[in-house]
Amino acid sequence: MFASPLRWNDVWLMLQGAGVTLSLTFWAVLGGTLLGLILGVVRPSSRWWVSAMIGFVLDIFRSVPLLIQLVLVNSFNSIVGLRLPVFTVACVALALYTAAYCAEVVRSGVLAVPLTTRRAARSLGMSWWQDITSIVLPMGMRVMLPTWIGLTLGVMKDTALVLWIGVAELLKTSQSIITRTQEPLLVLAIAGLIYFVISYPIARAGMRLEKKWNTQ
Amino acid sequence: MFKYSFQWRPVLQALPEMLWGAVVTMQIALIAMAIGIVVGVAIALGRRSANGIVRSLSTGWVEIARNTPALLQIYMVYFGLGTLGVRVDSFYALLAGIAFNNAGYLAETFRGGFAGVPETQFRASRSLGMSAFQTMGYIILPQMFRLVFHAMTNQMVWSILMTSLGVVVGLTTDLTGVVQQLNVRTFRTFEYFLVAACLYFLIAKVVTVAARILAWRLFRY
Amino acid sequence: MIEVSDVRKSFGKLEVLKGINLTVKKGEVLSMIGGSGSGKSTMLMCINGLEPIQSGRIVVDGIDVHAKSTDLNHLRKRIGIVFQQWNAFPHLTVLENVMLAPRKVLKKNRQEAEQIAVRHLKHVGLGEKLKVFPSRLSGGQQQRMAIARALAMSPDYMLFDEVTSALDPQLVGEVLDTMRMLSKEGMTMIVVTHEMRFAREVSDRVAYFHQGKIHEIGSPEQIFGSPNQPETANFLKSVHGA
Repeated sequence: MFASPLRWNDVWLMLQGAGVTLSLTFWAVLGGTLLGLILGVVRPSSRWWVSAMIGFVLDIFRSVPLLIQLVLVNSFNSIVGLRLPVFTVACVALALYTAAYCAEVVRSGVLAVPLTTRRAARSLGMSWWQDITSIVLPMGMRVMLPTWIGLTLGVMKDTALVLWIGVAELLKTSQSIITRTQEPLLVLAIAGLIYFVISYPIARAGMRLEKKWNTQ
Repeated sequence: MFKYSFQWRPVLQALPEMLWGAVVTMQIALIAMAIGIVVGVAIALGRRSANGIVRSLSTGWVEIARNTPALLQIYMVYFGLGTLGVRVDSFYALLAGIAFNNAGYLAETFRGGFAGVPETQFRASRSLGMSAFQTMGYIILPQMFRLVFHAMTNQMVWSILMTSLGVVVGLTTDLTGVVQQLNVRTFRTFEYFLVAACLYFLIAKVVTVAARILAWRLFRY
Repeated sequence: MIEVSDVRKSFGKLEVLKGINLTVKKGEVLSMIGGSGSGKSTMLMCINGLEPIQSGRIVVDGIDVHAKSTDLNHLRKRIGIVFQQWNAFPHLTVLENVMLAPRKVLKKNRQEAEQIAVRHLKHVGLGEKLKVFPSRLSGGQQQRMAIARALAMSPDYMLFDEVTSALDPQLVGEVLDTMRMLSKEGMTMIVVTHEMRFAREVSDRVAYFHQGKIHEIGSPEQIFGSPNQPETANFLKSVHGA
């Protein structure tokens, strides 16, 4: 290919790396969204000091570089002797990181629902749980979904950092191919293209959705 | 459960070294932010240019910066430019990568900001005989920056967090780089990185508070 | 002197000015009246080059406004304009609003610019509001500040584009008083307005715009007292305050 040491097989390896990137993203976003949903829903209706504590902890996750968080979770894993595989460690760290942002997304969605609407729901005899699941979340979805899509794409790009603890995702795979072929520009361009092809259409769709909902 | 014994004394002894690393971190983040603001404004204006080439280049920059990982962008400068015969050391590669990323994200922010400044302001300024440049500098930009100041503060925090990626391309002088050096020598990974985490958190908080004070001083209307 | 000869202007396919001829002499106050969309505001924008024209000529004191070689920034120093929307610069205090153009365009130093600004602000009755931001002013005060801002450039001509249309009724009077004062001082003014009583009282001549043309022009007594054209009479009948 291109009269260079790069072989089609290398591109195939990179696509497999992209598979790892996507699977990391999937688990991180799944875990992060569940945890974020719980925290984001609970926070506005909990006591002020509970809310402040949750807020403080989440703020830490958003104010410390992900790389440092990955190293800490990884090293905690070996200190405690859990012996989880690095892929799992990466997923856990990414999920915690995602949850910190997701909780904020959910909170702003919950707060976007007018209190009068919620009072009306409660006055109809709905329980707190019914209010949340049938009024607040569906109504807050308009605010939450576009930001959540942005968050998911952000996490997808951030998964590149897990190469530091040795997970062979797309960028790590590219790096090892570079070491062998000495073709950094070409290999990185292909890697960039793969990230772009995943991210761009979804980002565009998210923006269209946001525009559509904003004009309604 | 814990077979590991924590040792904090050497970590605290290394604190001055780490604080110097934090200074380098701030340096990189601030310079990359300054470049990002200037280039970001240029790109935001470029996207409204009548020239099709300028428009596509600006849009291309924004989309690439936003749709690929920051680490890949740093790799591009560090490894990629090497192919073209340009040797970039890790400090400048990191700086250029973050500046590229900042510019892309800020351009999008500024685009929204410009849209928020009424067209009539431009007209009123031009009618007083001020040139397009004067109008931009004295009337439009000050109002635009106010509209997007909060988003710019967030980008500044992002800029700081991104500097930690320098270690991946071999930077040893910033906070993460210093900590990694200490880690390699002593293998007290958890302790060192925990202290680094605290320092990053403090830096982020100080920057946020400083930005709030700055906004309060700058935007008194 | 402002000389407008056979000016045509379109927005896309829509022709808004269909051959305008007009002369405004030094010291004259000309009011332009007419229904919305009749072209009077557009005419004003063309006079200081804020809008391009398709054909014809606009000459201000011998300078062709729409010639390629004309330095519009230089020309605009001499033609002040006040708009319908209060275009205060929100990030500058009242004093800074008025000082900015004298400093940056006329290259006055800070002291000089401040003196000029204070003088004009006092003139329009805002001497007490120098350090205040525009958001703290009423609409009428903002509009008077805009007048002071234009005057600070010592223009030879002042253009007013429906300056009272966006104001609450009780604030209209103070702005009209300021304009009345200017006309007494001999300022050359072109005033696009819906305030018929004001037009009648202050103007030397009144031009009635209809469908992109000057349908009728004459002294206020003639236009308001005995219009020659049925359209003019109809328009005057339809507007309140004539």
